[in-house]
Amino acid sequence: MSGAALLSVENAVVDLPTPRGNLRAVDHVDLAVGAGKTLGIVGESGCGKTMLSRAILQLLPKKAKLSGRVMFDGQDLPALPAEKLRRLRGRSLAVVFQDPMTSLNPVLTIGTQLTETMQEHLELDLGKARQRAIELLAAVGIPAPEQRLSQYPHQLSGGMRQRVAIAVALSCEPKLLIADEPTTALDVTIQAQILDLLAREQQRRHMAMIIITHDLGVVAGRTDEVAVMYAGRVVERAPTPSLFKQMRMPYTEALLAALPKLDAAPHTPLPAISGRPPDPTRPLKGCSFSPRCRYSAGRCGTEKPHLSAAEAPDHLYACFHPITAGADA
Amino acid sequence: MMLQAASDPLLKVENLVVEYSVGGKTIHAVSDVSLDIARGETLGLVGESGCGKSTLGRAVLQLRQAVSGKVLFDGHDLTALRGETLRQMRRRAQLIFQDPIASLNPRRRIGDIVAEPLVIAGVRDPEERRRRVNEVLSAVGLDPALVSGRLPHEFSGGQCQRICIARALVLNPEFVICDEPVSALDVSIRAQILNLLEEMKARYGLTLLFIAHDLAVVKAVSDRVAVMYLGRLCEVGPSEQLFARPAHPYTALLIEAIPVPDPDVRPTQSVPVGEPPSPIAPPSGCRFRTRCPRADARCAAEVPELRLVAPGQLAACHHSLI
Repeated sequence: MSGAALLSVENAVVDLPTPRGNLRAVDHVDLAVGAGKTLGIVGESGCGKTMLSRAILQLLPKKAKLSGRVMFDGQDLPALPAEKLRRLRGRSLAVVFQDPMTSLNPVLTIGTQLTETMQEHLELDLGKARQRAIELLAAVGIPAPEQRLSQYPHQLSGGMRQRVAIAVALSCEPKLLIADEPTTALDVTIQAQILDLLAREQQRRHMAMIIITHDLGVVAGRTDEVAVMYAGRVVERAPTPSLFKQMRMPYTEALLAALPKLDAAPHTPLPAISGRPPDPTRPLKGCSFSPRCRYSAGRCGTEKPHLSAAEAPDHLYACFHPITAGADA
Repeated sequence: MMLQAASDPLLKVENLVVEYSVGGKTIHAVSDVSLDIARGETLGLVGESGCGKSTLGRAVLQLRQAVSGKVLFDGHDLTALRGETLRQMRRRAQLIFQDPIASLNPRRRIGDIVAEPLVIAGVRDPEERRRRVNEVLSAVGLDPALVSGRLPHEFSGGQCQRICIARALVLNPEFVICDEPVSALDVSIRAQILNLLEEMKARYGLTLLFIAHDLAVVKAVSDRVAVMYLGRLCEVGPSEQLFARPAHPYTALLIEAIPVPDPDVRPTQSVPVGEPPSPIAPPSGCRFRTRCPRADARCAAEVPELRLVAPGQLAACHHSLI
């Protein structure tokens, strides 16, 4: 899908200088998202998933260094001048963050935040922008949208604020929406509603979407492809059904196994992953997961496995001892 | 409100009401809640943010003053105790919080943090304190020689939670309230801490009140589960039974809303729109009725009482699913 991809990330590396030395947050990542498709990026805190999304949005911290290519809609983003980039972001490239309070301005009304974006990017007059703002708020499931326009973010609940942030992100009909842990701060019943909302709007607008999450449950039913990250690298990438059908990378399998299951009896001990992720300022020579991996042997500790495909061309994994079909998880 | 009595309850909460006043308005955080926990049992308490589950936990330990109701701990009514007698009782009950890093004083060494409850309890002999601290640190999987002299910032979230658990256990309590103990932790670390809590429960013969919003986590550790909505109990029952056959529509909604890590399970679209109403002005009658597909006029008029719907399972609903 590299030819027709809306977004392609090639060999992306993000380095952050820290007092303890260089921190490689993103380590040689390749990704592609086709128009209208959904990619899930799954990983635990510190795996580099948020830094990767910042690299795509060109919103990395000032001292961070990015190398590699980020092509979006035919344009090389790191090479774009700031002004062009600003026009692109918010218009065809939009983002929804975990905490809606960080993306909404607390001293501006909901109405101002919505109409401002549209006046800026779509050059609508205030009356038209207002009309569209009301439609958008209704579309994201906010009751009494006209009244909401004059309210401030603090007057809304967390779920409502996230709906507003989604409305702002959708306001200029983006081609790609990056949702970074969009439901982590929300309760389960609200989470389900927000995920449904994103899926519905995505289909209606034929928009591509990247969902970044730590929860395999969130990506399972709602993405076309999943990339699993560990210690800055993509360690497994596959179409969602084949990933869940046959996980090849032991980390992916261990992550799924460590989740408490609703159908398990109470007091069943969980297959926990021992230890913790490596210190990103002290990169390991071999596979980053090898110290915690139950299949680790031989060259795992000395050589880095590359992300590559074996049987199925679209199922990639970085492992010398992949889990094979029929092996018990 | 009648609850099936546990054979040997260590904790018995009777008609507990907790309210706060914010800006002249009253928040009905816990409204007429009764429950009991048998010795050696783990009771899971689930609900969404703002449902009053943490307030209930704190009110049990008298960290929040109840407006009315009783908290009987091993037969003693904690709400009637004051001063030294309350302190004595509190030693037998401990609390573990959600944010392990914020729960530890950043400027004190781990050895001192874990020894603090012993100091407060009047264990004067430093040698005795050191022995107890070392024992409990080893029990939670930390090497006392390596960690005692270090500061909290040198540890990860998972390790800090181990330290908090050690501190809670150092006085040999009988009862521990775990308030969202794993919500701040990553999946791979969460499983380690849940397993550790189970181990500690067996080793020290603990009774647990396990408060969380994640149903799968609660089910993994609990013998019985209580579901709370907007200050009231909706349903209580044995974990497996409650998950297999929920009686309250809210319990059913919560179970349905959990994302399942299986692409063949299509996410259900039947989750009703709407959000919990404000606890400042909770709906009349059944508090869930504004979001409930089964609600009718009776639900607005009459508060449903908890009643037995299956062996050991109680639900407060006029149109229970069982």
